[in-house]
Amino acid sequence: MSKPLSILALMLALAAADIWLVTGGNGCWTKTSVPVKTVDEITGLEAVNYERRFVPGLEFLGAALLGASLLAGGSFLFCKKQTTNSNTPKP
Amino acid sequence: MTKHFIILLTLTTLASAALAAPQSFDFKDPKGVNNAVFKLDAPLEAINGSANAIRGTVTFDSTIPAATKGKIVVAAASLHVPNPMMKDHLHGEQWLDVAKHQEITFEVISLSNVKTTGDSTTADVTGTLSIKGVAKQVSAPVKFSYLKDKLGARSNGQMQGDLLVIRSNFAIKRSDFRINPSASEDKVADTIELTLSIAGAAPR
Repeated sequence: MSKPLSILALMLALAAADIWLVTGGNGCWTKTSVPVKTVDEITGLEAVNYERRFVPGLEFLGAALLGASLLAGGSFLFCKKQTTNSNTPKP
Repeated sequence: MTKHFIILLTLTTLASAALAAPQSFDFKDPKGVNNAVFKLDAPLEAINGSANAIRGTVTFDSTIPAATKGKIVVAAASLHVPNPMMKDHLHGEQWLDVAKHQEITFEVISLSNVKTTGDSTTADVTGTLSIKGVAKQVSAPVKFSYLKDKLGARSNGQMQGDLLVIRSNFAIKRSDFRINPSASEDKVADTIELTLSIAGAAPR
């Protein structure tokens, strides 16, 4: 049980870091929309419209890393304890 | 001959009066271009967003721009920031309370320092800005661009008329309008930088 939890923790941390980096490494709060600017040819005005897109922020990365740490910590609870055989005759 | 001259003079006078008459520009925006951008830059956090549900009317005379009057209305619920939780706070009771105060308005009182070069007019506009039920007199630099006969090009020939583009950059104090008054200035700047970019049409 200990090993699968450790692997899961590692995978969670790597996946979260990967998603965060691939989406631009946003150093602010998570965004669910991003501004898209277009220029009106006649008036020269720059229009700002928002497009739905998920851009994870630092709190997303932090929460994922915290989850991974908890999983890694939990994996120690399932470590097999080293047992010594008391029947072994002492020299 | 005299009769013809009088008729011609009358027609010319009427035409001149018609051309010089102030025009009413409607700022309803079917193309979704009009926008007001806001920025709050505090040491710990920056908040950037925009509003796009803008309407209103402005009466503008290209020969007497100092006589410009009008009112611009922004739907408070159209203020948008990319973070959904931040947007909820922005619309909430502490910030703009959009359920109670649905409109942000600016009504022109007067224009000063009016300078016209070609189709562009710059001025300092003084008006009443109302946000969250608080009305304050503010002054801001403004630029009008009068685009004669450009409505046809913008509406793919469906309408004919003129366009008026208004641009303005100015700053207000959050504390003046009771917007989240308890927020620390380290996290939420007191100065709100505003950029208004809007175009209105006067069909013929």
